[in-house]
Amino acid sequence: MSGPASSSKKSCCSCSPLFSSSIGRKWIVALTGIVLVLFVIGHLLGNLSIFLGPDAMNAYAAFLKSTGELLWIVRIVLLTCVVLHIWFTITLWHENKRARPQKYAVKNELGTTVYARLMRISGLTVLAFVIYHLAQFTWEAFNPEYKTWVDAQGRHDVYRMVVTAFSCPLVSGFYLIAVGLLGMHLSHGIASLFQTLGLSNQKLRPVFERGGLILAWILFVGFASIPASVLLGLVKVTSGLPSCPVCH
Amino acid sequence: MSTMHFHLRLWKQKSATDQGEFIEIDAKEIPSECSFLEMLDIVNNRLTREGKEPVSFASDCREGICGTCHMVINGVPQGPGRGAACQVYMRKFSNGQTITVEPYRVGAFPIVKDLVVNRSAYDRIIRSGGFISEHTGGAPDASATLIPKPVADAAMDAAACIGCGACAAACPNSSAMLFVGAKVTHLGLLPQGQAERKKRARSMVRTMQEEGFGNCSNYYACEAVCPAGVKADVISMLNREYIRGELSEAVGAID
Amino acid sequence: MILDAKIPEGPLEKKWTSFKNNAKLISPANKRKFKVIVVGTGLAGSSASATLAELGYQVETFCFHDSPRRAHSIAAQGGINAAKNYQNDGDSIWRLFYDTIKGGDFRAREANVYRLAEVSGNIIDQCVSQGVPFAREYGGQLTNRSFGGAQVSRTFYAKGQTGQQLLLGAYSALSAQIGLGRVTMHENSEMLDLVLVDGHAKGIVVRNLITGEISTHAADTVLLCTGGYSNVYYLSTNARGSNVTATWRAFKRGAAFANPCYTQIHPTCIPVAGDYQSKLTLMSESLRNDGRVWVPKKKGDSRLPQEIPEEERDYYLERKYPSYGNLAPRDIASRSAKEVCDEGRGVGPGGLGVYLDFSAAIGRLGEKTIRERYGNLFEMYANITGESAYERPMRIYPAVHYTMGGLWVDYNLMSTIPGLHVLGEANFSDHGANRLGASALMQGLADGYFVIPNTLGEYLSTQFGKKVSTDMPEFKKTETEVRARVEKLLAVKGTVPVDEFHRLLGLIIWNECGMARSEAGLKKAISDVRALRERFWKEVAIPGTGVELNQSLERAGRVADFLEFGELMCVDALTREESCGGHFRVEHQTADGEALRHDDKFAEVYAWMFKGEGNDPELVREELKYEAVHLATRSYK
Repeated sequence: MSGPASSSKKSCCSCSPLFSSSIGRKWIVALTGIVLVLFVIGHLLGNLSIFLGPDAMNAYAAFLKSTGELLWIVRIVLLTCVVLHIWFTITLWHENKRARPQKYAVKNELGTTVYARLMRISGLTVLAFVIYHLAQFTWEAFNPEYKTWVDAQGRHDVYRMVVTAFSCPLVSGFYLIAVGLLGMHLSHGIASLFQTLGLSNQKLRPVFERGGLILAWILFVGFASIPASVLLGLVKVTSGLPSCPVCH
Repeated sequence: MSTMHFHLRLWKQKSATDQGEFIEIDAKEIPSECSFLEMLDIVNNRLTREGKEPVSFASDCREGICGTCHMVINGVPQGPGRGAACQVYMRKFSNGQTITVEPYRVGAFPIVKDLVVNRSAYDRIIRSGGFISEHTGGAPDASATLIPKPVADAAMDAAACIGCGACAAACPNSSAMLFVGAKVTHLGLLPQGQAERKKRARSMVRTMQEEGFGNCSNYYACEAVCPAGVKADVISMLNREYIRGELSEAVGAID
Repeated sequence: MILDAKIPEGPLEKKWTSFKNNAKLISPANKRKFKVIVVGTGLAGSSASATLAELGYQVETFCFHDSPRRAHSIAAQGGINAAKNYQNDGDSIWRLFYDTIKGGDFRAREANVYRLAEVSGNIIDQCVSQGVPFAREYGGQLTNRSFGGAQVSRTFYAKGQTGQQLLLGAYSALSAQIGLGRVTMHENSEMLDLVLVDGHAKGIVVRNLITGEISTHAADTVLLCTGGYSNVYYLSTNARGSNVTATWRAFKRGAAFANPCYTQIHPTCIPVAGDYQSKLTLMSESLRNDGRVWVPKKKGDSRLPQEIPEEERDYYLERKYPSYGNLAPRDIASRSAKEVCDEGRGVGPGGLGVYLDFSAAIGRLGEKTIRERYGNLFEMYANITGESAYERPMRIYPAVHYTMGGLWVDYNLMSTIPGLHVLGEANFSDHGANRLGASALMQGLADGYFVIPNTLGEYLSTQFGKKVSTDMPEFKKTETEVRARVEKLLAVKGTVPVDEFHRLLGLIIWNECGMARSEAGLKKAISDVRALRERFWKEVAIPGTGVELNQSLERAGRVADFLEFGELMCVDALTREESCGGHFRVEHQTADGEALRHDDKFAEVYAWMFKGEGNDPELVREELKYEAVHLATRSYK
């Protein structure tokens, strides 16, 4: 029987199958994922400078600013990666939904992990958080007064800004949830990218899976340690009362 | 011999365009040693005696190798345990259990009738490149090429695929990557398969997409249900082979 | 009617070569003009379709499955024979030929069997080139195992799934040709009749199993590759769908049916557990390489196998056949199992089973090696019976597995209907009265890849300018007859499911025309089959209509043909008053219970011709001339 060859619509760019094919798009998602994971690791290392005190953190922030065009290049690369990562995920997801027009009456998870199943929700939550996070600390949109905070050396007082912001349990709470979901996203994502890039096999897969889980936990603990320390009073500002950015 | 009884919910659907529904049947006095399909035979023969239409389901070899049978038993394509639906035995269920049997829900496998779907999409994928073009009669002596045992064994493990479609049925995305990966791996590992290696991966993946299968999200549900025990390694290999093939074509590389 | 086997002149070893040297060729330009219909996509059908398409013929291929890959060849487990002598253990084309002739109890045609042995090596070459992953040594060489009826290791295998891998190889070759547009594939299409034009096979009538549509198809020649008729026994190791319909319809159009009573009962199957059972599962014969067959010496010994001490076990195959032991040919091993069970020494439910014990092999080679060799078979066994063969012996019992009989064909594989070629298990040609293990795959592929491409020209070269079309009255007439038969089945409107008739037929044939046959039993079977057939046409229940997927209707058509065929089988068994191979007439046995052949009277092929409904079929004989081998009493002692 020559059944119906339901022709799936070619996706956005027909320029190259690498951007339209099932596997090509997955490669892009994986490759951009690698960039984003590296960014997250770097970002955490930078953030952890908070434990070295205000001077270290503010110096680090000032150094980043001083890189000028380089910083912008990095930002553009990251933004591009985020856009590609999300765009291709959405087109793939859209096709996946179409490929299963009718759901099963009896659901069975069949070997899939909860992390894998929550990729979309964890990814979208992290996206929402990233936008909020940028608005809060980069654009300083909620608290324009942050822009005026400078430390003794005349550098932008990032340390005070962070401690102030995390002193609010709501801000810290959202942050904790977001980095928690980020951890879940990465625990599937990291293991998964090796499979997508064709670097996995039966022997290595458990290694990648455990590795992904461990790295995700490390990142989670690292990120979570900052608001936790602030809330527990382990990290505090020496001068001036922190004012809560949400409920001030 | 002891007997069991079950409460069955079986999918009835006259044709692809019809709206289907579950029918509920109390299957009494089923021999506990019989297989799942034999249980359905008994139920169908009872329906026939009552002048009712039996529930259509596909089966042939009934030993798990031909891949004809296909159905989803309590949410598991090809049923619980290893092997195809024909290798499920009633002793795996408990007395009085409710058992729901529904067809594969894969867009690329339209329903023919009741539990029977049309899996010809898989044949079309194979036709697009799942072979070694070898003209009968021109073969060199079989021992001319040495193939190390681990390579031959890995090729065999991938070649064990029975083409039943359970992978796509289990995948939340209805992806056929395990099926395609199995063939690309089987032929790609062997020295004989090298000549068409890149073209094979390229055209099979393209056809897979045209047929409307979803994309792989590395859920590994396919691997969990595969009656032939094909491992998701083959998907990893397919991912690699495909990109190699596309890149070669994109840059005009001959090899 | 005189049967002309068209065996080429010359010494046995030169026949095939000289045939090829003198065969009629069809030029490439003319091949394009000829259309070939192939029915069935098992090893023979797929390989023939692919090869003929490669040669340039227009090929239309039909199968009743939803995909050509599902044909029952896929279920063959053990392996494929080839006279490669890679093991340096003394194998040769002659030895493979001789083993096959002897294994067939000297009831096969010498020239065909020699040709089969000759091309066996090419098959392995071809399959390896296609990517069939045969088992290998660590050094990369192909490995072999030994099989029943041979004293050399010449069997190539791919785990316990050799048939699957060979079929997938042929299927991939076929798929490539379909992809290139050189083969038109018709799935879900069951052949229900053969169309003759001026006495030549020129087309078929098929029913689309999904839509119920009945259509006709015309060609210059028709190839039937539709397998065997084991399912006349209802319970067999064959797939549920395997049937006799295509060959039976051809028989009723004039093709002679040869040796229908030659059926093979495979010794190593999982025993029957109850009457709900829909099929039997084979445990590959390769298991007999490492398993030892035994029963308790005492009758009705109900102890667990591990509690029975060595000295109270009867390793009856090793005792009776010391040189072949557990690897005695299938017919002998099956009959021996029946004997010990008839003596009351059988094991398991109903006493219908013998032990196949791996403990010695596990002790010698370790569980790991055994798991590697037979892991999937042990798993299959555990799944069906709930028992682990690593811990206790398997229980096995013979079951119908293969049919050596089939449509009569000449050396060119053409039947008595000009233009109708028959390949693989569907023909009768190569296995005589018993087939050796790992030879069915060899024959199916030999016919499809290497024989028919060379012999088809003999017929086609006579058919230039004789085009037929489905508009001809012959096609319309046959189509009308097919429709009438479908209508007739649907009109019965009885209350008894088709399966019930099939099961009853199976019981009659198994009891009277199974492992042991007697005159009285066969006569009773003939009258029982007739009575059952009559009942069938009054009481069969077929719900639904003919214009949709209707599995009851499909099965009813097949069972109706089995109900006719079963009678012919018993008639053949009754007429062949000797024992040979799988055909064991209790009246004809030696003092120690071995088969007793009567070469003076029965070194012949019995081919049956249809003579109209209600008339007895006519028996036509082909004398089997043994020029190269000496007719010996088969001994495996």
